[in-house]
Amino acid sequence: MTLLEVQRQMAHSIMQPLTKTDQIGPRTAAGFIKANNRLTSKERLEIYSRSYWFRVLDSLYDDFPGLRAMLGQKAFHELSRAYLADCPSRSFTLRDLGARLEGWLRRRPKFSGKNHELALDMVRLEWAHTEAFDSAAEKGLGPEDLVDLGANFRARLQPYLRLLALQYPVDDLRIHVNQGPEDREAASNAVLKPKRRSLTKRTNRLKPQPIFLAVHRLNYIVYYRRLAAEEYRLLTALGAGKPIGWAIRNAFKTSSAEQTSLLEQWFAAWSQLGWLCPARQSPPNRPNRKKVSG
Amino acid sequence: MPANRFNGFTDYGIGIGLRIPHYQHIFENAPAVDWFEIISENYMVDGGRPLATLDRILERYRVVQHGVSLYFGSAQRLNKEHLKRLKTLVKRTKTPWLTDHLCWGSVDGTYSHDLLPMPYTFEAAKVTARHVREARDFLEIPIAVENVSSYAEFHVSQMTEWEFLNEVVERADCGILLDVNNIYVSSKNHEFNPYQYLNSVPVERVAQIHIAGHSKFTKYILDTHDHPVIDPVWKLYEHAIRRIGPTATLLEWDDRIPSFDEVHAEARKAEKYLEAPLAVAS
Repeated sequence: MTLLEVQRQMAHSIMQPLTKTDQIGPRTAAGFIKANNRLTSKERLEIYSRSYWFRVLDSLYDDFPGLRAMLGQKAFHELSRAYLADCPSRSFTLRDLGARLEGWLRRRPKFSGKNHELALDMVRLEWAHTEAFDSAAEKGLGPEDLVDLGANFRARLQPYLRLLALQYPVDDLRIHVNQGPEDREAASNAVLKPKRRSLTKRTNRLKPQPIFLAVHRLNYIVYYRRLAAEEYRLLTALGAGKPIGWAIRNAFKTSSAEQTSLLEQWFAAWSQLGWLCPARQSPPNRPNRKKVSG
Repeated sequence: MPANRFNGFTDYGIGIGLRIPHYQHIFENAPAVDWFEIISENYMVDGGRPLATLDRILERYRVVQHGVSLYFGSAQRLNKEHLKRLKTLVKRTKTPWLTDHLCWGSVDGTYSHDLLPMPYTFEAAKVTARHVREARDFLEIPIAVENVSSYAEFHVSQMTEWEFLNEVVERADCGILLDVNNIYVSSKNHEFNPYQYLNSVPVERVAQIHIAGHSKFTKYILDTHDHPVIDPVWKLYEHAIRRIGPTATLLEWDDRIPSFDEVHAEARKAEKYLEAPLAVAS
C-alpha cells in the first residue's frame, strides 16, 4: 500500500460512525493494522476511532449549547453524529466544524423534531456567535466621520458584525441557556432536572415572532442587539456596498417610521459601537493593454 | 541550555503550556515563568479575545509555538491557508522555533483533528521530510518535529519508529521536539525498549523536550496529559538530559487541569535534572 492508500483507508475506517455502545462497526476494515498480544487490529483501530468521534462531538457540544438545550442531550447527540458523518471537518481548525450545520439541518428536518424552524434559527444564532467572537476588528468610523454625509457615501460593516433575520426570538432562549443549568450540571442533578423541564417548556411555548438581530462584540464579549426592521435593512444594504442614499430609501420604502430622528439615533449608536468602517478604495482603472506583437 | 540552530540558538529553561484556566492567575500574579508554549491553532484567528490575550502574554513572557494540525506526514500537500495564518502568527509571537508533530491527520481535504500514526516506510519519510522543508522555507523559522504517542502499527512499516524519526530529520535537516512521555507510552503499547529509542536520537538535533502525564488502561496506555509525570518518565528524562545536555523543557497538562501553581511546581521538578552535572550516560 502507498502512503496515500494507507491514509485513505485509515481515515475511512476511523470516521465510520461508532455503534450505540461506542465501538467500531463489525464491517470496519482494520486489516492494515497489526495486532499485538493484547489487542486485535480492530481494537487498536477503535482507540483512534473513539478519539476522533469524542473529539468532534465534544466540539459541537461546546459550540451549540442553545441547540443542545432545546433538543435535549439524546436528540442533540443523534443530530451531531449524523451531521458529522455527512459533513466531516474540512478545516484545520475545529472552530469551523459547525459552519455547514444550518444547511445540513435544513435538508434533514427529522433531526430537529417539531421545532424545526426554531432549531434553524438557533443554529444561525450560534454560528454567528462563533464568528463574532474571533473575526477581525477594524477601526470604526466615529461621530466625526459621520457628519454631512452625501447620498453617495459608502461604508462597510465591522468584520465581526453579523446581521440576522430570525423567525423566533431565540436570543432570549440562548441567553437563558447561558445563565442556566449547564455550568452546574456536574454539581447537582437534583437542581438540573427541574431547570431542564423549564427550558423545554420555554422552547415549546415560544411563538413565532420575527426579529432582527445584530450579533456583535464589545470588549471581547459577544452581545446580541435587537434591531428595527428598517435598521436591519439599512445595515444590510451598507454591508453590501450600496450608497447611503439608496440604502436609506430602500430601508424605509415600506415604512411609515419617522426617518430623521431614527437615523440620528442609529448612526449615533453605530458610531459608538464602531459598527461602520471606511469603504475600501476601489482600485484605479487600469488602462487597456493591447498585446503588441513584434 | 544548549543553544542550537534548531531552537534559534536560544537557551530557554522550563516552560509550561499556556491554558485558558490559568489566564486569570497569570494576569493577576505575573508568576515568574521562563517561557510559555502556545498551541498555534488556538490563535490562528483574525481577532477577538484569543489574540488580545496572547498580546498581553507577549508583553511579559517568551512564547514558543507548538502546532497540532500541520500534518507533515499527510501524503498530500500542506494546507496553504494554514501556512499563511501560521506565518502571520509567527510574526506576532516572534517564536524562535516552531514545533509540530511527526504524524498525519488529513486526507483528501478531510481533517481528523488527531495525531495519527505514520506507517514507517521510506516513502513516508521522504514525503514527510519534503513537507517539513517546505514549511520551514515558507515560514522562515527553524522547525522541530515531535514524536507522538501511538496505539497502532502498520503491516507496511519497514523500520522502527526511531529509525523513521532519524530518516525524516536527516532528510529534512530539521530539529526534534523529543517527547519522553510519548516514548514511554509507545514503548508500553508496542513493547520496545524506550532507552534504545532514546539512545538512537541524534542529540545535536534536539531543540526541546516535552514531559507529561498519561492514563493507564488494562491493555494499553493513553497519552492524556491529565496527570503528574510518573517516575519512569522522569528516569527517561534524566537519561535524555545526560545524553543531550540541559534542554528547553515543557510540561504539558491539557485535561483536568489543576491550579497554575500545581502545574508550575510539577514542571519545576525538571530543575534537579537540568542542574545536575553533565555526565555521559553509560
